[in-house]
Amino acid sequence: MKAAAFAYARATSVVNALELLAMHGDKAKVLSGGQSLMPAMNLRLLSPDILVDIGGLAELRGITVRGDLLVIGALTRHVDLLRSPEVALHARLLRDAVAHVAHPAIRNRGTIGGSLAHADPASELPACVVALDATIVVRGSAGERRITATEFFRGIYETALLPDELLVAVEVPVAGQASTFFFQEYARRHGDYAVVGLAARAVVAAGRFSALRLGFFAVGDRPLLAAAAGKLIDATVTPALLAEAAAALADELDPQEDQQATAAMRRHLATVLLRRCVAALLARPELETGVGK
Amino acid sequence: MNAPVPVSLLVNGEPIDAFVLPRLNLADFLRENLKLTGTHIGCEHGVCGACTVRIDGEIVRSCLVLTVQAQGASVETIEGLSDSGEIADLQAAFRERNALQCGYCTPGMLITAQDLLKHVSVPDRRAIREHLSGNYCRCTGYQAIVDAVEATAMTRAERGA
Ligand SMILES: Cc1cc2nc3c(=O)[nH]c(=O)nc-3n(C[C@H](O)[C@H](O)[C@H](O)COP(=O)(O)OP(=O)(O)OC[C@H]3O[C@@H](n4cnc5c(N)ncnc54)[C@H](O)[C@@H]3O)c2cc1C
Ligand code: FES
Ligand code: FES
Repeated sequence: MKAAAFAYARATSVVNALELLAMHGDKAKVLSGGQSLMPAMNLRLLSPDILVDIGGLAELRGITVRGDLLVIGALTRHVDLLRSPEVALHARLLRDAVAHVAHPAIRNRGTIGGSLAHADPASELPACVVALDATIVVRGSAGERRITATEFFRGIYETALLPDELLVAVEVPVAGQASTFFFQEYARRHGDYAVVGLAARAVVAAGRFSALRLGFFAVGDRPLLAAAAGKLIDATVTPALLAEAAAALADELDPQEDQQATAAMRRHLATVLLRRCVAALLARPELETGVGK
Repeated sequence: MNAPVPVSLLVNGEPIDAFVLPRLNLADFLRENLKLTGTHIGCEHGVCGACTVRIDGEIVRSCLVLTVQAQGASVETIEGLSDSGEIADLQAAFRERNALQCGYCTPGMLITAQDLLKHVSVPDRRAIREHLSGNYCRCTGYQAIVDAVEATAMTRAERGA
């Protein structure tokens, strides 16, 4: 199908985009890469009166290191994350994850701002910014707000963004030397949305986790920062402790059932990913298979 | 609202000026307005890859790009890649190995495969499959397509060496 008629405005600056959004309220939609918005409009799931195209705003593009923050502009495309030396050095998790986002032709246009604002619960990047403890920077006519990633996602396709606000950047704390990452997902085919996935950041010292953030996706209505990780921090991880953490994880998940998987299957796969993640990060392969019940 | 908007772009190197409705996607513009019907339309929501074209040298889904978004851009279609001879060897390999039957997916497959070969000189079969993973073929079962891309990569590498 084809999109219904709409008007089109090419924003000339962030200020201009905010004016257009203030003028049109929720009748307007922001257009970045269009890789989620255009499918929704072509399927007539959405028919905004006007699109505010921010795609040409150079001020929203680019990746820079500012002090101990990696600042990623909203219009940074998936392919830019994949190729960026700064991302590879300071937030490798994003690079590992984005290789699983869609296909090359889509990664050439889709943006990090669009992906986070779209907030598909099966999407990779929202879980990554939760695991990385990133801050989402949004701007409205009243000024700028900073929202922690865990506060930003509110439900299926729902975020803390107001209709007249723009997501302008993501601030990721740069990974210290000690940080390690894990990313894996189950998907039907490479590039498909995940059935279940896990993005994790950890600090391991003397064989123990001194920090561990587990961002699960496609297990509920938004990316989940698993509280079960707490059981594994500052503790000697035994098969019994890992089994306890896996049981706690299964309890805190509230997965949806859909054509891809039942809720029970998603719970199970999430615990498999947890074991793999812990085994990989602690470099103890026996933990993955040693299914202590 | 909904008035035609001016747009200027290059298509296969040729300057084009037009007035289009904002809702007109690039695939329809190429096919209906410019009669470049090598760009195919399958799903119109980004899933099948039949509509793949190049914008400023990078592959994109033309069903997910508005014509007005291509303002100032250089668009290349299968007609352009074919006429310039850039993919003549890849096309020959597709023909030789029966990498097409109905041909519906072929323009998108060729453009996507050429994109891979530009970035990686001799990709392995896994890399070929991964790069083509967003392009559906309902006829061939993909094996012959992967064969053709692999063979082209090897011939090009030999020629280059
Ligand atoms: C076939 C296919 C497969 C895909 N597979 C995956 C996948 O496996 N994983 C995955 O994560 N994604 C996938 N995607 C989606 C892709 O990653 C999109 O690029 C991304 O979700 C949206 O980014 P965009 O820049 O294209 O946003 P757009 O489509 O332009 O916008 C998406 C939404 O966010 C809003 N928005 C955009 N930018 C801003 C901003 N700066 N401030 C405020 N609001 C904004 C828009 O108004 C719209 O509501 C897939 C897409 C396709 C077509
Ligand atoms: S028609 Fe564009 S991807 Fe299917
Ligand atoms: S040859 Fe028919 S769809 Fe590929």
